[in-house]
Amino acid sequence: MSKFKLITDGLVKNNPTFVLLLGMCPTLATTTSAINGLSMGLATLFVLVLSNMAISALAPAVPDKVHIPVYIVVIATFVTLLQLLMQAYTPAMYETLGLFIPLIVVNCIVLGRAEAFANKHGVLESACDGLGVGLGFTCSLTVLGLVREILGSGSAFGWNFIGGHDGMLAFVMAPGAFLCLGYLMVLFNKFLKKN
Amino acid sequence: MAVKSNLVNMAVVLGATCLLCSAVLGGAYALTKAPIEAAAAEKTNRAIGEVLPHFTAAEFVADGNYYKATDGDEVVGYAILSNVVGFGGNLSLMVGVTPDGVVYNTSVLSHSETPGLGAKCNTDSKFMDQWRGFNPSVKKLAVTKDGGDVDAITASTITSRAYTLAVANALDTFNGIAGQAGNDALTVMPGEDRASNNEGGQDNE
Repeated sequence: MSKFKLITDGLVKNNPTFVLLLGMCPTLATTTSAINGLSMGLATLFVLVLSNMAISALAPAVPDKVHIPVYIVVIATFVTLLQLLMQAYTPAMYETLGLFIPLIVVNCIVLGRAEAFANKHGVLESACDGLGVGLGFTCSLTVLGLVREILGSGSAFGWNFIGGHDGMLAFVMAPGAFLCLGYLMVLFNKFLKKN
Repeated sequence: MAVKSNLVNMAVVLGATCLLCSAVLGGAYALTKAPIEAAAAEKTNRAIGEVLPHFTAAEFVADGNYYKATDGDEVVGYAILSNVVGFGGNLSLMVGVTPDGVVYNTSVLSHSETPGLGAKCNTDSKFMDQWRGFNPSVKKLAVTKDGGDVDAITASTITSRAYTLAVANALDTFNGIAGQAGNDALTVMPGEDRASNNEGGQDNE
């Protein structure tokens, strides 16, 4: 499989949000605005690429019975690393997402890619797979966040276009997250079938 | 898998992984410790700058959990830290009070209110601007729903009440400072207004 195809597969065919339905907790919780969705996506992308690479390098040396604990330790290390870096260099972003960063450890996308792909493939392929799936997750979260922000707050990427009035608040809260996700999933799969 | 799952192999691999990971994290912690502290300090300093008029020095008074800001010999105001429970968790404010007992400005240090609703206490200019120059001896410190003069954020009365309570607590702290100083120039605000507000802040609907 070519490296390019690995990346596009993660974006479309294996899209973690709309096709595989993985990582729903951060998806629903953080997409209150496009910026939040984008930041959460990028944070996951960072962890995904690094953990995929580290795990594909480690895999041959890891006994089968302890492979899950080893992977989790590796993933948790990268997440904590990310948390420290965000706290130090992007404190504003950390304030919004801080609560959800530790949850990346148990995000099934990360462990899922480690299990399904990284431990059977080389470092470079795993990096591409991580990049593809991570980008897929980032795009999905940004789109979902954008739709919810437009409907719920009447703004896009923080730019308000309804002059300070309130949007449909339900879309910023949990019920709106489920509704938007459902409709986007329908649209995405319809588009996917056509092609 | 190339490596057999016997006890020694498993212990060695798991142990080595953990050791390596803790070493990486220890290193990262040491490297990021200074920037993280700097970021936190900068945030506090920025908040003090926002809530008080121009000052040259701010000294932290741990006893009352406030910063005393001075310009030369003159005290320009107090930046008081105030923590209350909001709708979603802790709501932490920095409240600037000038020596005449008037709120100069307020700033949110941290909150966990609902995005799009209570979280607007940090972004809604209509709500935030009313705290500039809020004089508790002229206006009643309670949300309009409770018969006061504070306009609540739409659909976020609990957050607005908590915010109001945090300001009231800060003014209490200020009155304590003023009382200690024994300075006649410092006016102590009437107590009954705040007594009713404190109940409002705890109210749930």
